[in-house]
Amino acid sequence: MKTGSVLLTNAVGLHARPSVKLTQLAKSFSGVVEFALTPHGPWIDAKSPVKVMRVKAAKGETLHVRTDGADEDAALAAVLDLVRRQFDEG
Amino acid sequence: MSNVGIVIVSHSPKIAEGAADMVRQMVGDSVPLAFAGGNEAGGLGTSVAAIMAAIERAWSEAGVAILVDLGGAESNSEMAVELMPEEKRGRITVCNAPLVEGAVIAATESSGGSSLADVKRTAEELGA
Repeated sequence: MKTGSVLLTNAVGLHARPSVKLTQLAKSFSGVVEFALTPHGPWIDAKSPVKVMRVKAAKGETLHVRTDGADEDAALAAVLDLVRRQFDEG
Repeated sequence: MSNVGIVIVSHSPKIAEGAADMVRQMVGDSVPLAFAGGNEAGGLGTSVAAIMAAIERAWSEAGVAILVDLGGAESNSEMAVELMPEEKRGRITVCNAPLVEGAVIAATESSGGSSLADVKRTAEELGA
């Protein structure tokens, strides 16, 4: 299992469009991809568009990410990178 | 394309088209997508023939998930499914989910390569 964290800096936070991008990215990995707004959970399945959208994380919150499985390193790096790139929305 | 297709059925042509625009912009082009809105006369309503045509446009070997708005959209969609060729019928399903949110969520699930059953279940999670 790998863990990391990243600050949500895009204006709208984890709203609909960023949620869709996060879900699509998470689904491209075979292993478990989860995130939470605290280091202790509750952990949300990043592959579930409904669950991701319900979190409604706002700008300024920290996303704690954990990945597990054969591609856990790549999955963690990719998710952290997506958030740092502000979901490519500027 | 092997991802599950999404069909949007609304009484209003504008709602159907607008919901499809949202799916395209938010989810992208990796999911077959079609919509049917309005009756044969171009007014508010739904048309079985138009729904069948939309199913054909969004057809995927993985199947097609249909999102509907109000009563007649659901019954006409079910009728359209019944009238489809038998070999396709079993791979078409009407989702019990809100139209706009359901279409975006179903397309998101489909874009990850999920099965028709998973696409339907995820869209229906919205009401849970």
